[in-house]
Amino acid sequence: MIPEIGHFALILALCVAVVQGSLPIYGAAVGNSALMAIAKPAARAQFLLILIAFCSLGYAFADKDFSVLYVAATSNSQLPLHYRLAAIWGAHEGSLLLWTFILTLWMFAVTLFSKHLPETMRSRILGVMGLVSMGFLLFMLTVSNPFERLIPAAPDGRDLNPLLQDPGMVIHPPMLYMGYVGFSVAFAFAIAALLGGNLDAAWARWSRPWTTVAWCFLTVGIAMGSGWAYYELGWGGWWFWDPVENASFMPWLAGTALVHSLAVTDKRGGFKVWTVLLAIMAFSLSLLGTFLVRSGVLTSVHAFATDPKRGLFILAFLAIVIGGSLALYAWRAPRVGLGGSFAMVSREGMLLANNVLLVAAMGSVLLGTLYPLFLDALDLGKISVGPPYFDSVFAPLMAPAIFLMGIGPFAQWKKAELPELARRLKWAFGVSVVTALVLPLVMGKWTPLLSLGLLLAIWIVTTAVVGLRERLAHADGPSLSGRVAAVPRSYWGMLVAHCGIAVFIVGVTMVKGFESEQDVRMNVGETATIGGYTFRFDGTQDVVGPNYTAARGTFHVSWDGRETTILYPEKRRYPVQNQIMTEAAIDPGLLRDLYVSLGEPLDDGAWSVRLYHKPFVDWIWGGCLIMALGGVLAVSDRRYRLAWRQQEPAVVPSARTVRRKVA
Amino acid sequence: MKPRHKRFVFIGLGLLALGVATVLVLNAFQSNLVFFFTPTQVASGEVPQGKSFRIGGMVEDGSLVRENDGLTVRFSVTDTAKSVPVTYKGILPDLFKEGKGAVAQGQLGADGTFIASEVLAKHDENYMPPEAAEALAKAKASGAQQSKSLVVPQGKKESL
Repeated sequence: MIPEIGHFALILALCVAVVQGSLPIYGAAVGNSALMAIAKPAARAQFLLILIAFCSLGYAFADKDFSVLYVAATSNSQLPLHYRLAAIWGAHEGSLLLWTFILTLWMFAVTLFSKHLPETMRSRILGVMGLVSMGFLLFMLTVSNPFERLIPAAPDGRDLNPLLQDPGMVIHPPMLYMGYVGFSVAFAFAIAALLGGNLDAAWARWSRPWTTVAWCFLTVGIAMGSGWAYYELGWGGWWFWDPVENASFMPWLAGTALVHSLAVTDKRGGFKVWTVLLAIMAFSLSLLGTFLVRSGVLTSVHAFATDPKRGLFILAFLAIVIGGSLALYAWRAPRVGLGGSFAMVSREGMLLANNVLLVAAMGSVLLGTLYPLFLDALDLGKISVGPPYFDSVFAPLMAPAIFLMGIGPFAQWKKAELPELARRLKWAFGVSVVTALVLPLVMGKWTPLLSLGLLLAIWIVTTAVVGLRERLAHADGPSLSGRVAAVPRSYWGMLVAHCGIAVFIVGVTMVKGFESEQDVRMNVGETATIGGYTFRFDGTQDVVGPNYTAARGTFHVSWDGRETTILYPEKRRYPVQNQIMTEAAIDPGLLRDLYVSLGEPLDDGAWSVRLYHKPFVDWIWGGCLIMALGGVLAVSDRRYRLAWRQQEPAVVPSARTVRRKVA
Repeated sequence: MKPRHKRFVFIGLGLLALGVATVLVLNAFQSNLVFFFTPTQVASGEVPQGKSFRIGGMVEDGSLVRENDGLTVRFSVTDTAKSVPVTYKGILPDLFKEGKGAVAQGQLGADGTFIASEVLAKHDENYMPPEAAEALAKAKASGAQQSKSLVVPQGKKESL
């Protein structure tokens, strides 16, 4: 019964979405405010309906209702409750529901925080989002319904893929989707602006916080996915340039470009057309990413052929969204007009370079990800594009972008003088170069890449320090703390996010430069030494988990004869899917991770064992979190709150002036 | 400079950046594409010498031998028509089993042994790497094999 309620809620939501996607947009076109007023209640109703559907599916999982096909396919009676609930987004159908749920969540947020928007704008934004959700609901209801019944019911479920039975996997998809779908708000703003034909600076200011929040979620989501791969796959790698990862990275690159281009549109009114294009791009890539990962096309292009309806729907949907918005763009963008002119050496110029580089990097990732799929689809042979391709393309494109990142914040808008920039930054540059050259030597190993990585990281931090000093010197306020408070939060946000990149680069550089790994055969009582740490293998014992059995190894780790930690890696066997899983044991630390995973059992209780010493690896994810923190700081800036407050009582101007005086 | 000239300079720089990126990409592409071959193709000498490529198929039953160091393994990958001996030093993935699909990446040694630098087998009991499934399907299609017991599992929906 409950699953039917969910199914019915989806159908109702589709009806609401049709109304929300048509009437308010039409109303905005003809100036009918009664039609426009439908948008807000419709969006809220849709949120409520999808919430009901989502909870129904959750209930089916909690209740172990194996008469629901999706529940039977992705869970099992032995599976603990929290993983049963996480199994909602464990496969294709449920993750589409999660996607739609998050879309309506963002819609709901737009209805809450859009009092300051003109009514035509708001109704167009909600209308566009309604159209997107209409597409997803149609998809779910026609070809991938999570509530489909299995009659007769299965006696037990097929269980969630053991790889996904992990706390990281519980939170990673919702975070990632918050990011993906968050770009739909930026997209809807862009389409609404195109429809209305008024892309002024106000438009950029309104959509900036939304974009930044989405970007923060996406950053954290990707970092969590990478961290999950690191500890769960047992290979010690943190990024494989796997198509699944690339699918989430491409929207991030486009979104990063968008965040920067919006800054220009907001502050200077420039790059308008480009910003709109980036907003379309970021969302299109999010859609592409969702479908790439969830449609099975990556496993085999021919999976499309086994289920042609799904494939066709996906292709048609992508074609309509991307093609439609680009057509609208081609039609309306010329009216938007260009922003003010600027010299090549100026903040606009630097941000433009940043955008070109980011988009070029995104394009190269796109090529490397899709090209093998195209070849395969056309039966031209099977190839794979390995990590060396991405490494060799990505690093040269990003290095200049990161170098410019240090200079950009110092350049004035419109026109900056190179000699003056050089004068302000010469100390930062000198310190960076010297440290980058000397530091690797002190650490005992010098390679060009090591130096380059450190150079870029130190360059970001030193320029940030110089910039902050200049800011504080010019800020008014008698005391230091007063001056610190006078520096706007958005500036802090930028500094913090940029420093996050620096932390990230340190992590990557140090891991690449100094990590060591060893595959060894270890008898009970035998020791192996790696990175100065001695690992003693004390044999394995059998343990029983809720839905698995495991061999658990014991490793005593010591440094200089003193015990550091004891690690317990496991080799698990999940009987339902008859699957073996390596559960690595990690001793994390600020300066290094120690990582042990069990290979295979050999004779006499010996095992093949994989040992890693990974210096600074946690800085990689730490850097991502710091970036996201920077985004949060930027969003909390006073100017956005002011923008919201200012226009709120647009009808009663007297009340507004009063409130301002009080404030 | 007039604004129009400036715009030309900008567009020029943009194109230059794109050009550089294209050159980088194509260069890297050419040197890093990894092609896939079936054991039959390996046996008939269609594979590149001294270049890394992938082979795929089933791990032949009874072919897995572990050397005394506990890490070096030898096995044969077959598409049921031909089989290729493979050596690999390292820890095999969790789902590597005799009679299951596997894909190996590496180079062909002088003695015809494939020296794998990487062995892939996915984390799913019924899942067969698409390359391996294709190798088997191809061999089957060419009529080169007579085995009746061969079942090529359907590529299951990846749940990642």
